[in-house]
Amino acid sequence: MTKIIPLTGDQAAAEAMRQINPDVVAAYPITPQTEIVMTFSQFVADGLVDTELIQVESEHSAMSACVGASASGVRVMTATSSQGLALMWEIVYIASSMRLPIVMAVVNRALSGPINIHCDHSDTMGARDSGWIQIYCENAQEVYEMMILAPRIAEHPDILLPVMVCQDGFITSHATEGVKIIDDKDVKNFIGEYIPKDPILDIKNPVTYGPLDLQDYYFEHKRQQAEAVKNAIVKIPEILKEFNKLVGKEYGFIEKYRMEDAEIAIVCLSSTCGTARVVIDELREKNVKAGMIKIRFFRPFPAEEIVNTCRNLKALAVLDRAESFSGRGGPVYNDIRSALYQSVNIPVVNYIYGLGGRDIDKNHINIVFNDLIEISKTGKIKKLIDYLGVRD
Amino acid sequence: MATIKELSAIPERLVSGHRLCAGCGASIAVRQIFLGTKDPIVAGSATGCLEVATTIYPYTAWNVPFIHNAFENVAATMSGIETAYRALKKKGKIKENIKFIAFGGDGGTYDIGIQSLSGMLERGHNILYVCYDNEAYMNTGIQRSGATPYGASTTTAPAGKVLPGKLQLKKDLTAIAVAHKIPYAAQATIFYWKDLVNKATKALSVEGPSFINVLSPCPRGWRFPQEKTLEISKLAVETGVWPLIEIENGTWRFTYKPAQKKPVVEWLKAQGRFKHLFDEKNKHLIEEIQKKVDEHLNYLEKLCSATAV
Amino acid sequence: MSQKNWKEIPIGGRITKPGSSLEYKTGTWRTFKPVRDESKCSQCLLCWIYCPDSAIHVKDGKIDYIDYDHCKGCGICAEICPKKCIKMEKE
Repeated sequence: MTKIIPLTGDQAAAEAMRQINPDVVAAYPITPQTEIVMTFSQFVADGLVDTELIQVESEHSAMSACVGASASGVRVMTATSSQGLALMWEIVYIASSMRLPIVMAVVNRALSGPINIHCDHSDTMGARDSGWIQIYCENAQEVYEMMILAPRIAEHPDILLPVMVCQDGFITSHATEGVKIIDDKDVKNFIGEYIPKDPILDIKNPVTYGPLDLQDYYFEHKRQQAEAVKNAIVKIPEILKEFNKLVGKEYGFIEKYRMEDAEIAIVCLSSTCGTARVVIDELREKNVKAGMIKIRFFRPFPAEEIVNTCRNLKALAVLDRAESFSGRGGPVYNDIRSALYQSVNIPVVNYIYGLGGRDIDKNHINIVFNDLIEISKTGKIKKLIDYLGVRD
Repeated sequence: MATIKELSAIPERLVSGHRLCAGCGASIAVRQIFLGTKDPIVAGSATGCLEVATTIYPYTAWNVPFIHNAFENVAATMSGIETAYRALKKKGKIKENIKFIAFGGDGGTYDIGIQSLSGMLERGHNILYVCYDNEAYMNTGIQRSGATPYGASTTTAPAGKVLPGKLQLKKDLTAIAVAHKIPYAAQATIFYWKDLVNKATKALSVEGPSFINVLSPCPRGWRFPQEKTLEISKLAVETGVWPLIEIENGTWRFTYKPAQKKPVVEWLKAQGRFKHLFDEKNKHLIEEIQKKVDEHLNYLEKLCSATAV
Repeated sequence: MSQKNWKEIPIGGRITKPGSSLEYKTGTWRTFKPVRDESKCSQCLLCWIYCPDSAIHVKDGKIDYIDYDHCKGCGICAEICPKKCIKMEKE
């Protein structure tokens, strides 16, 4: 039965959590994630979930408690943003090294300093090497659906990696949309029962978690993690096949918008994709063959699909909502360029935009496409890496 | 309380083959704490001597489920485990009675781990937190901690030509724990095994969080011969440096008082980390230390009468 | 233990064999070895409760044996023994 209810991105995440009904949630509030924790706390107070909620005293303790609970063999979820993610950073790495299927909603917010509570991707981009699976959501509907998908990916026996489900702070998290909700029982059926591996609470089979590795074993343990990411690339499409039937969508690693005959295209993530679609439609009216690649799964990085999608392009622009301060462009740009190298030889340029919640609108995106038109005509790049929307 | 013979029948939870130093006080502390219950135990440890030496991959000295997460978060980690246990128990998925014990050195407890400990105590988890206090960051090479006593020489507050070791006082972590209004807290040390096991038994039978601070002498860091670990532990109590107390629901009491209190100089001269105090220019510090010890004992006496039921 | 490759070990750094440190013989650390005179022993079991290495084994309430594969020779048992029935002898 179709039910559409008005939810913000934060509320959508909380609603998904309610339906998943995890055994333990340990979370600490931080703007703009607070609504998730507050909404979920009310569910707990009203007896709508069976979840044991640990009101930890910091994000570092939040992820620490999640690690303990997940290792104990129960389903665990949490949420954070920006400084919270930064504070729990060492434990984020430990969580994935211990192969714990924790699901975390991250509401993207700029990393300090200066302190800024608005949207950019510096927080989760900073964690892109942590071994977590990263999913970026465009709107509340996607947040809701990706949160429900996440435990299945995390808990897959060949994967067993934690998952972060990202959404744009304030833009998505605090804006109300009509979200189509799945029935409680359908969610339950989809996620199934969690069968833990080597749970700490199995006292008949005592396990030691978190040993000291000397030079002779650390590398092997990391190699295992890398293999899990490789497995994820294979297994995620299988899980998506089942999920897509449930939600009536065609989710993949990426979403291609009008890419079949596109000559120029942009790559972007999250809410900006919504604005980009409008611009692309307008350009198409003017017979410009424009398209967009929306990256949904940033980790594992869907290199093969991106390469195949770009083969017939004349020029590509990558939009990054984070600076990685390498002096050579943002994180998404560098991953894309590296994937295309020696496979697809087209001009690829980078625009860093929207830092600290700086707005991006149709005008900005038109600037990008105009640059792409120029590049595809002349074959010349005026500026490889540029900033969109900063006062110069 | 069980006799030593009865205790000896409990299967060993921490087995041989760990690589703690010969004569280490910490492993003695852990073994004695474990004797506080016959129930199954899940243990955790902060990064430090205990964790590092007992879990060198692929070997583990733990015969019970064990977790190490990071340096400052064993209390938060165990909070997660204890909560998962309650969740499973509520759903009827687990039937056993399990005891949860978190171990941290003074580094991972007094300093970097204090927030995590505080959160766990405040939330009321059913966990026993044991601090094996060897009064410095021993695993990384004897650096000073908030638990290092006044006048002790460590590698980051060494005795030198101008400075006589640590100039700050030792934190009273037991009092900090008690300030969280937990049902049980205590100070113990390994020589007084009966007192320690008694305290562990009490702590593990209360509902809610408990805290035991165990003075665990370190032959390497305190500079004394490895066979004297127990003697040093005994001296700490006999000189009043480490009072054996317990606090039940806010009522303070001594669990043991030495028949004959020894002067603190006995404690100081037995350890190389204090030997600089016997230089002429530092001798006045010994008097200061004696004064501080006496003041603290006085203060504890007042607390005991003020909080007596 | 011969070193295993990444496919042969459990994932996540987990050690699934409790007490496996027994396979690591720390007995080679010693210079002095505790030797017990059984005839003098009062079976107080203090050496058992004080051994940092769980190397003194008790069976049915009586001292069974000292595990020389793991005893590090710290000498705590010899120090504490009220009957002085343990002597530290150079190996």
